Amino acid sequence: MELFTAIFTGTIVAATPLIFAALGELVVEKSGVLNLGIEGMMLMGAALAFWAVTAGYSMPVAILAGALAGAAASLLFGVLALTFLTNQYAAGLALAIFGSGVSAFIGRGFGSDPIEALHGVNIAILSGLPVLGPLLFRFDPLVYLALAMFVAISWFLYRTKAGLILRTVGESPQTSHAIGYPVIRIRYMAVLFGGLMAGLAGAYLSVAYTPLWVENMTAGKGWIALALVVFATWRPLRVLLGAWLFGGMTILQLQGQALGLQVPSELLSALPYLATIVVLVLISRNRQMLALHFPASLAKPFRPAG
Amino acid sequence: MHPRLELRNISKRYPGVVANDDVSLSIQPGEIHAVLGENGAGKSTLMKIIYGAAHADSGEIYCDGNLILAHNPAMSRALGIEMVYQHFALFESVSVVENIALSASSAFNLPSLAEKIRELSLRYGMPIDPHRQVHDLSVGERQRVEIVRCLLQAPKLLILDEPTSVLTPQAVVKLFDTLRQLAAEGCSIVYISHKLDEVQELCDTATVLRNGKVTGTARPKETTSLELARMMVGSKLPEMHVSPAAPSEKPVLEVRDLSAKARDHFGVDLKDVSFNVHGGEIVGLAGVSGNGQAELIALLSGERRHGQGDAIKINGTPAASLRPDERRKLGLAFVPEERLGRGAVPSHTLWENAVLTAHRFGTVRKGLVDRRRAAAFASGIIDRFKVKANGPAATAQSLSGGNLQKYIVGREIALAPKLLLVSQPTWGVDVGASAFIRQTIVDLSRAGTAVFVVSEELDELFEICDRLLVICQGRVSPPLLRTSTDREEIGLLMTGRTMGKDQTGSSSVALQD
Amino acid sequence: MRIAAPVLASVLTLIVGSIFFASLGHDPLPTLYAFFVEPLSSMNGLSEWLLKASPLILIACGLAIGFRANVWNIGAEGQFIMGAVAASGVGLFWSDPDSALLLPLMFLAGMAAGMAWAAIPAFLRSRMNTNEILVTLMMTYIATLFLSYLVHGPWRDPAGFNYPQTALLPAAAMFQSFDPAYRLNSSIFITVVAVFLMWLFTDRSFLGYKMSVSGAAPLAARYAGFRESAAVWIGLLAGGAAAGIAGMAEAAGPLGQLSPQVSPGYGFAAIIVAFIGRLNAFGIVLGGLLMSLLFLGGEGVQMTLALPSALTRIFQGILLFFLLAADFFIFYRIRLVRPAPDAHALETAR
Repeated sequence: MELFTAIFTGTIVAATPLIFAALGELVVEKSGVLNLGIEGMMLMGAALAFWAVTAGYSMPVAILAGALAGAAASLLFGVLALTFLTNQYAAGLALAIFGSGVSAFIGRGFGSDPIEALHGVNIAILSGLPVLGPLLFRFDPLVYLALAMFVAISWFLYRTKAGLILRTVGESPQTSHAIGYPVIRIRYMAVLFGGLMAGLAGAYLSVAYTPLWVENMTAGKGWIALALVVFATWRPLRVLLGAWLFGGMTILQLQGQALGLQVPSELLSALPYLATIVVLVLISRNRQMLALHFPASLAKPFRPAG
Repeated sequence: MHPRLELRNISKRYPGVVANDDVSLSIQPGEIHAVLGENGAGKSTLMKIIYGAAHADSGEIYCDGNLILAHNPAMSRALGIEMVYQHFALFESVSVVENIALSASSAFNLPSLAEKIRELSLRYGMPIDPHRQVHDLSVGERQRVEIVRCLLQAPKLLILDEPTSVLTPQAVVKLFDTLRQLAAEGCSIVYISHKLDEVQELCDTATVLRNGKVTGTARPKETTSLELARMMVGSKLPEMHVSPAAPSEKPVLEVRDLSAKARDHFGVDLKDVSFNVHGGEIVGLAGVSGNGQAELIALLSGERRHGQGDAIKINGTPAASLRPDERRKLGLAFVPEERLGRGAVPSHTLWENAVLTAHRFGTVRKGLVDRRRAAAFASGIIDRFKVKANGPAATAQSLSGGNLQKYIVGREIALAPKLLLVSQPTWGVDVGASAFIRQTIVDLSRAGTAVFVVSEELDELFEICDRLLVICQGRVSPPLLRTSTDREEIGLLMTGRTMGKDQTGSSSVALQD
Repeated sequence: MRIAAPVLASVLTLIVGSIFFASLGHDPLPTLYAFFVEPLSSMNGLSEWLLKASPLILIACGLAIGFRANVWNIGAEGQFIMGAVAASGVGLFWSDPDSALLLPLMFLAGMAAGMAWAAIPAFLRSRMNTNEILVTLMMTYIATLFLSYLVHGPWRDPAGFNYPQTALLPAAAMFQSFDPAYRLNSSIFITVVAVFLMWLFTDRSFLGYKMSVSGAAPLAARYAGFRESAAVWIGLLAGGAAAGIAGMAEAAGPLGQLSPQVSPGYGFAAIIVAFIGRLNAFGIVLGGLLMSLLFLGGEGVQMTLALPSALTRIFQGILLFFLLAADFFIFYRIRLVRPAPDAHALETAR
């Protein structure tokens, strides 16, 4: 039972940064923009949140700082991709490299000491419940925030007019422009939101998940989040399921190392990356399924005519 | 009483072109007013100015006697001016009601909006299901959505830009009924067209444009076609020379029981398509767009391949599983409907675009591109087909649509094909270039080449084709001799009415009426 | 006109760099001098400059062939590592460590390993429709972990004081230095040949023409019958081969052994080099020299001014940002000066 609890809660926690980052990217891609720079935005979020904690700010302020750092980084991408109409692949890559450099620069004086991690919640009765308490009600608040974001984004995309506008901008910016919607402004907002979520994901890594600073500590999680969006065929529920799947993979691999499996740890560590490839292959073979929810204008620069 | 809309001395210039030159017109409440003119006469610019999507350099617009200042589409809608675009502003991935909600100013309440749509569409005799996804709708149904979207705003003036170019003759009749009903209720209608017969049937008044100028105002019901045509194209009407066909004994293109599933759910399945095209004749394929033309042309050109090789034979050789370049070795040439991005690479020069299909004609040697020969080849086309371009080093995207089309047609003809496929040969091309391109195609066929033309313009098909096929819901009719059929029969076939007995209920999906 | 954007971007990067240094409390001019001039003011500096430029240029040439066809291999880092691993494996374990064939064999092994690592995403993209960006990246993480496993485990030098590194390669497995005092070696000729081949392929060959059509207008490529899968395979294999060879040359040159830090990020930096070079052979040479200088400068200021080497990555990112932005301004300025080519837009405007 204890092992199960450890694996279950570990999975939920490991999935949380992926949920933030992938849901954010989902909104960005739904608006027709592809931001490959998640890794860079996460790193900046992680570095800034960690800095804020070491500088003595409170946890909420630190997390907010991380989110804002991600948003600021996404603005760089937005200016290039939306105002300057550059190749979105190139702009996203530039952001990934830049973010990794800036975060390393910010983190140069952090040393290797851990900080006190974000605490789990303590909800009077619920957290004390036998079995269910430790299983469901002792996570840190960001875990619940991630789930709330899932509900909010699903509702926003499919139940509100603003969500409808966002989705249709992603299908055809030309048509949206023709009927009078400010395509560029809408896309900016989506990109900023994606940056905010990536920054949050990064902050979660450095102040809650592994509360210490290591250069390039995201270790590809930003790229896995990108893959999750494809895996989810642009649907929020599948993003959630995919994130849990990958969270579980990470935890099983860690548990495997702890249980002393006779496999070198490097090879076990490669599992999530390998799994990403396998999952991408399985989902991409079905072109029809991909096409169904695919934002038709994804990564195509748009300039309003006239 | 003031006219509903009045234009006074509207002029609009784009660099190098005068789109509108001192245009004045006036429309009364309940009047159906035609703006008649050829492609490029300045009709669309004028409509954009009326709607506020473009601004005139000089001149004034009055609505119900009031001068409109600081004009834009939002203000037009506030004044009760609505516009149905030629290319619909609809999103494929969402439903009818969601599409309409996007342009409605009312609160976001889909169920009540859906109810309104249902009521209104029934009242005007064009029922639509508000909950269907737009990608499942036929072109005619999409147009209804656009019109209903406008009607929900209770417009005082409705602008329609070439609304019948995508409809069957029968659907046109239905549309006209709706428009007359609207006019009777007091709504003014501006009807933009280049089709004389429609204007004569529907409109009370016509303003004719040529080269941006008003060349006349007429009551079309009391004016002869010839007079209207003179106003439209000037005194010199282009003439076609079509000598009788002398078809070869053996077919050059044979299609036998060709069936294919659509690539995605936006496409149409092809079912048992069979026909022949002989050398020396032109066979045309008529049909409302989206009935399988794109699938058929991709299978014929080799852009899509088919497992059953002998479903398509070129000069007797099974070709259905060959790639485009392999089919070209058998004598195929192909002019696709998209000029930029398919028939030519927009950012590449004309000589580079020559290499695209002419690489077997000396422009590539020992695996290297011979730039000098490619340039010479391109110059040859430019001279022979009178392409207006800044030499072979001009990029494809710098040419006007008509000139690029002449270049692509010229390039394909320069390959001396035995079989030429042409899709929408004169789409968006001005009168002069259209006539030239059609004549070129006719001349090629009379020199012995087999030609297969896909077009949505019935006029065009009747002008140049020897035999006609009709496609509907992925099925192709038996061939009809041009000389022994008429628009009525073709129109019926376009709706699938008189096709084979195995026609099932599903065909009604594509019905236009 | 083609060089205006890269030059403008470089100048802007310098300006931002000055402001950045100033804000850190360093006098900008001496800092810029330490970053960009000092490294080149000695023979050793020049040798290091070319030594680092060589792999960047080599990899960028390979990648650009793919980028021109819209094939986004961003996993050159992984292909580089696998090239280094395979070549070192041959160098370390070949039965005759003095054989004159050793170096050529390592060359082939490095190239083959880089190509093999790139062939997986090529296969997945052309057969399974799988996004090559994500696959090449994931393959990079896997390659890094694989290298780490080898040098911590089976290939670790028993006489290496437990450091995670292999034994030194035998002399026959090493490229000759031009001068024993400097590290620049004969592998630079490989890069020279690669630049020429890249130019021939992209500017003159029919195959290169087909690839450029695939990149600029995929539907036109299909219309003409050029195979999309061929573009994918060639694009990825060219990048893989180049990165694999570069990895081999790194192991058989300045390093002389395998360690977890085989690549100082050449695979990623080469992507930027390819863009700065406008995917053009000679542009890439200039871009590679510039990028190499950024690496050297970063190391230089780390030692002399105690600034972090992460500056190099920041400058790389800024440079690419400015390049992309400069493109926009130059492109639209031309359009404003010469509206004539816009006849097509005009027609649609009517």
